[in-house]
Amino acid sequence: MSAERAAPPDGSRRAGPRPPVKATLTPKERYLPALISVVSTVVVFGALWRVVTSAENWPLIQRQFFNVDAMRDALPMVWRGFLINMGVWVVALLIIALLGVVIAIFRSLTGPWAAPLRVFAVIYIDLLRGVPSILLVLLFGLGVPALNLPGVTDSRLFWGSVALILGYTAYTSEVYRSGIEAVPDGQRAAAKALGLTQWQVLRYSILPQAVRNVVPALLNLAVALQKDVALLSVIGAREAVREAQIFTARTFNFSSYIVATGLFLLATIPMARLTDWVTRRDQERRLQRTL
Amino acid sequence: MSGDAHVDDPAGTSPPRVSIEDLTKYYGQTLVLDEVFLDVAHHEVVCLIGASGSGKSTLLRCINQLVPFDYGTIRLDGVPIDDASFGKTGLRKRIGIVFQAYNLFPHMNVLENVTLAPRKVHGAERRAAEANAHRLLELLGMSAFADKYPEQLSGGQQQRVAIVRALATDPDVLLLDEVTAALDPELIGGVLDVIRDLKAQGMTMVIVTHEMGFAREVADRVCFLEEGRIIEQGPPSQLLVDPEQPQTRRFLQRIIDAGRL
Ligand SMILES: Nc1ncnc2c1ncn2[C@@H]1O[C@H](COP(=O)(O)OP(=O)(O)O)[C@@H](O)[C@H]1O
Ligand SMILES: [Mg+2]
Repeated sequence: MSAERAAPPDGSRRAGPRPPVKATLTPKERYLPALISVVSTVVVFGALWRVVTSAENWPLIQRQFFNVDAMRDALPMVWRGFLINMGVWVVALLIIALLGVVIAIFRSLTGPWAAPLRVFAVIYIDLLRGVPSILLVLLFGLGVPALNLPGVTDSRLFWGSVALILGYTAYTSEVYRSGIEAVPDGQRAAAKALGLTQWQVLRYSILPQAVRNVVPALLNLAVALQKDVALLSVIGAREAVREAQIFTARTFNFSSYIVATGLFLLATIPMARLTDWVTRRDQERRLQRTL
Repeated sequence: MSGDAHVDDPAGTSPPRVSIEDLTKYYGQTLVLDEVFLDVAHHEVVCLIGASGSGKSTLLRCINQLVPFDYGTIRLDGVPIDDASFGKTGLRKRIGIVFQAYNLFPHMNVLENVTLAPRKVHGAERRAAEANAHRLLELLGMSAFADKYPEQLSGGQQQRVAIVRALATDPDVLLLDEVTAALDPELIGGVLDVIRDLKAQGMTMVIVTHEMGFAREVADRVCFLEEGRIIEQGPPSQLLVDPEQPQTRRFLQRIIDAGRL
């Protein structure tokens, strides 16, 4: 269809789309734009670098923030702390992904008997979304261990993580719910008409489509959580930021923070790129469906 | 009614396949179905016609309990459809429905769409369900598409899969709601052929359609709805040609003016 074009003047018909007007580019045409990009970027950043490093205070900044010896000293501790960040992040992600679905299902249930679950979900989401994460972390991370409840761990790391999980579950369930609501009504009717129970309708028809709808939004939350695990430092959990803080307090040198910064970027930049890629693919899929 | 309408019941004493009595339904304050009476015999094909918004879809949805109704009774083989003996899913195993918009599950391929209900609702073994699905797909000329996803199919192909999906639980009654309305003209014929075949095999059907030529050919009886009431019913040769009620005549005139008869 789209390949169908007017026959060229010589009367012959081509099968595929027309080739580009100029099949071969001269080396100049091909490489000049790239060369300009590289050179201009190098020049601009080089100039910036010169300005910064020629500043009066630069030696002090370098010693305090980019001190290679200090970085080497700090790395083992900060790295050990960072592994805690990543561990908490992965475990929390799994739990949040599941709990979020459960709360979203509660919230979208219909019928009088489901009213308590629905009300619970609404209150839960309102409360936990409305409170700053850091306050939740303080409340749970310091509050619960202080209660000295029998048979309950008093690990601050544990309770701080619980706070993050509860807070992020509220956001996540709202994302799932928007995905559920985006599934066309006809899907529910078709599934019901086949005799599926309310639960089976969700399980086989609605949820798979809902999750597919919101994968990009979920990944965004995952990246946000990756950074928010650092909030656990405020309750003294010895994750990367806390370890960097300890190092600074001992040496009066801030290079440990730069180490932590580097580690976080190593983890978050690939995640953000992945999110962009998935989002783009998702948009292409939607576009294709509407064509 | 067709000549073979009572083959199961030569004496004519058993109840109709579907019996609708005094059916009344509101959506909020709006009266959508107004004291509808309609019996459908075994193997009978009834076509519902009427303007958009006259309640045709709602009537079908009441029959398989997709929507609740306010007054009246609907019976399947003499048993009220809300009878406990149907259990949770018994009624919908026996009444299949196909929608105008196909409503195939986009995340499942054709085979999974067709075998979902037999396996998950009726406990069929995977092998048996798939064998049956392949048989039905073959019958409707869709066997080459078993592992395709809905978005890879044309509208007509999707609609045939939707019919196969409804047939996969071996229903006694098939409800078809404007199943060709969303199709490009050149795809309509294939779907109508399928319905003709189903009639030839004796399927009891209630069909909502705007294809008057098709209704005339396939229906044993045509019912004209207006504002939730069955204004007139009769054999297509009479109702579609020489209706008694002025409303029916006006409706058919509009259809003729639109060039659809
Ligand atoms: N879910 C609904 N909620 C409220 N009103 C509805 C709903 N579905 C249908 N209606 C109304 O019921 C009437 C009959 O609709 P419908 O059965 O779809 O008619 P038809 O299929 O003959 O076009 C219309 O006035 C329509 O607006
Ligand atoms: Mg309708």
